[in-house]
Amino acid sequence: MQYLVSVIEQFLPGGVREDETGSATADEMAAINAFNDGLQSEGHWVFAGGLAAPDTATVIDNRSGEALFTDGPFVESKEHLGGFWIIEAADLDVALKLAAEASKACNRKVEVRPFL
Amino acid sequence: MNLADVQEAITRAHQQEWARVVAALTRRFGDLDVAEEAAAEAFATAVERWPADGIPPNPGAWLTTTANRKAIDRIRRESKRDDKHKEAQMLYDNPAVPSVPLGAIDDDRLRLIFTCCHPALAMESRVALTLRMIGGLTVAEIARAFLVQESAMGQRITRAKAKIKAARIPYRVPSADDLSPRLSGVLAVLYLVFNEGYLATGPGTDPVRSDLTAEAIRLTRLIRALMPEDGEVAGLLALMLLIEARRDARISASGELVAIDEQDRGAWDAALIAEGHRLVRERLAAAAAGVAPGRYQILAAINAVHTSARDVRDTDWAQVVALYDQLVRIDASPIVVLNRAIAVAELDGPDVALTAVDRLEDTLAGYHAYHATRADLLRRLGRGRQARAAYDRAIELSGNTAEIAYLTRRRDQLAQTRAQPG
Repeated sequence: MQYLVSVIEQFLPGGVREDETGSATADEMAAINAFNDGLQSEGHWVFAGGLAAPDTATVIDNRSGEALFTDGPFVESKEHLGGFWIIEAADLDVALKLAAEASKACNRKVEVRPFL
Repeated sequence: MNLADVQEAITRAHQQEWARVVAALTRRFGDLDVAEEAAAEAFATAVERWPADGIPPNPGAWLTTTANRKAIDRIRRESKRDDKHKEAQMLYDNPAVPSVPLGAIDDDRLRLIFTCCHPALAMESRVALTLRMIGGLTVAEIARAFLVQESAMGQRITRAKAKIKAARIPYRVPSADDLSPRLSGVLAVLYLVFNEGYLATGPGTDPVRSDLTAEAIRLTRLIRALMPEDGEVAGLLALMLLIEARRDARISASGELVAIDEQDRGAWDAALIAEGHRLVRERLAAAAAGVAPGRYQILAAINAVHTSARDVRDTDWAQVVALYDQLVRIDASPIVVLNRAIAVAELDGPDVALTAVDRLEDTLAGYHAYHATRADLLRRLGRGRQARAAYDRAIELSGNTAEIAYLTRRRDQLAQTRAQPG
């Protein structure tokens, strides 16, 4: 069973990123690396990655067959997806335990969602 | 066959076997939906067949077998057969698979309780699922209990079941290192059900919903039977019993709340008090042996002190305050501090208590009991005008009809006292 662990990036009023660089601090990065090593050695690792700031996003709509490109994030929000893990876990209890470690490591809120 | 006997047998079987049947089916089919529906169908079949065929010698086994058949029928009926269903069907059809031993079925009920009270579910969903799956209440009954539309309650339960399935919330008793926090989550659900019964809210409801308090006690007894070694389970059961014992004395004939100092102690249920006291003594012995008591055990001990006094004047207030001090050390929530202050008023006087209560204004200004407590303390200190304002605020915030009647009378008595000359 696979779960998506999304990292929730908080924004200050006015759309300013709490952390201007948008990336994790050196301490956070070290904790994330240690957590990732654990995921790999325990067989929970599928994939993970951090994302650039939402204002680097481009929205594409090709439902009509004529691709339309729009600058910026799809939704304006105080919270954005900052990165994610895809983990392999036997059930939600295992996933929640790993997600709790992930939240600690990256020092942000995370959300767990099962894949279909 | 006497119809009344059959009905009684079905009611008894429903109380004793519902959770067992749902739990056994959930284990076999890995699907709460299938288990719930098949269990309901099996009981409906019993209602149909037992009057004619007679009560089976082992009603529980009959119901489980019938529910199993109903589940298989449903799976066969459904054109969509995913692998899990096929697997379950093969398991069922395979005569080599031994029947589930009795001990494991008891474990299944405990698994089911932990699944229904999983922390990934919203509190209101946990309550609804527990009452449906373990308690066997109908969706309509649960909807009535919590004053929501039946369709809304049905949706809440359906959504919760869908999440359990999609997110794969496990069907098992948590491992030893998770057990304590997860069990306290289960106990919180049961205490919430009990409290909603004990101090029911809503203008159209009875002030005490004995159906809910009784159901909470029944489910806590079940967990006590399944986990007899756990101190907090014993503590919660004792707490509920000692509160339930005072039920009849707590509401007057005119539907008004009667405070503990004015209750007719002869109307308390002696058997429930004796059972509650036995449990508290059991936990006191454990505490003496070095096991630190949790909050339910301490709350039960406080209630044991109250119910040990034949007259309110015999209450050992020093002991009550000492127990609250112990409670504050593990749970310094404002409500605990408020309740401690009520005991302090008896020991050190209302002025000392009022100072402590006034410090809670920031956090408890929207809580009716905060204002009711202040009102009573101000009344005892002879500060009538301020007491009246506090009663007004408490009445405004209380949702319980019996409490509103009590507070209103107290406030109006205040006016009379003030009107007296001299």
